[in-house]
Amino acid sequence: MFGAAIIIFRESLEAALLIGIIAAATRGLARRDRWLLLGIGAGLAGSLLVAAATQTIAELADGAGQELFNAAVLGIAVVMIGWHNVWMASHGKEMAGKARQVGADVKSGRQELSAVAAVVALAVLREGSESVLFLQGMTAASNESGSAILAGGAFGLAAGAALGFIVYRGLLRIPLRWFFAATSTLLLLLAAGLASQMAKFLVQGDFLPSLAAPAWDTSALLTTDSALGTALHVLVGYDARPAGMQLLFYAIALVAIASATLWVRRRDGAALRLHAQH
Amino acid sequence: MLLRALLLSALLVSTAAVAADAVPLAIKDHRFVPAEVKVPANTKLKLIVENQDATPEEFESHDLNREKVIAPHSKATIFIGPLKPGSYKFFGEFNQSTAQGVVIAE
Repeated sequence: MFGAAIIIFRESLEAALLIGIIAAATRGLARRDRWLLLGIGAGLAGSLLVAAATQTIAELADGAGQELFNAAVLGIAVVMIGWHNVWMASHGKEMAGKARQVGADVKSGRQELSAVAAVVALAVLREGSESVLFLQGMTAASNESGSAILAGGAFGLAAGAALGFIVYRGLLRIPLRWFFAATSTLLLLLAAGLASQMAKFLVQGDFLPSLAAPAWDTSALLTTDSALGTALHVLVGYDARPAGMQLLFYAIALVAIASATLWVRRRDGAALRLHAQH
Repeated sequence: MLLRALLLSALLVSTAAVAADAVPLAIKDHRFVPAEVKVPANTKLKLIVENQDATPEEFESHDLNREKVIAPHSKATIFIGPLKPGSYKFFGEFNQSTAQGVVIAE
């Protein structure tokens, strides 16, 4: 039971932190909760499907199907988070001004929230499918009763969700003046970390060279599986021994999302000034 | 230094096209057999991990930056390296108390 609790906690951590941050970042958007729940529900349903299809996915692409699948899931999540940050760059001010309900046109808000729901669904899907497989294997093989294992899993999931909620409440305490900059920066680093994980899978499946394995080794300072290492891994993509290709993906995602965000902010600023002159 | 390392390895990267040597590894009774895998350093390799158990396992290594779920009674290929000389621990995430192993590159 204890083993199940720890594993499910670890699996749920990444999704829980991401949901906590993105829920904070979309505060004040109409019907946000419904979209977040939709994302979580779709992710859970997808987890069952992916777990059931593990063998089929694994056999695709000459045995590298799982790597391609994970890389695709991560890649889409990076693009969606990037989209969210760009959207925030042009609507964040307006939201900060009104704080509660956004006056932004309904269609644009709906697009933004569906991107957010997709990010949530993909995060749940990735960790959820592994959790399902683990619980299945454990109930089939272990001499513990199935209900004890499931109870352990439920406890681990609750602990992960609680941590996500703490992060959410903590972020809401940030003064509005800095709020959107803070959540956008958090999501930017998180997305870059996901891009690095994407590179890891593409190297693992031999689609890309590693470009130095590892590029450096900080495991003597901080191991990736320590508590702090795990938190930093999820939040900013920390790896004690990253491959060169991971660093390259990290940098590309970081620069691409940051410059798109800055470009939109500058464009909107210029449009406002132009408007004021006339 | 990082940039130099990247450029240097970019030059050496033709390895991606070269067929990698296969290194067999089995999972039996939630243990890796053998638990210690000796491989040549600075060479790209593919671990062929055969899960002989009736339950799924996740091959995971923070040192190698690898994770792959392996279905019951099936084989999975995991590319690793070229590795710098050293030891790289790996484990089965679903049975971490018993499934432990290490790749030694020399």
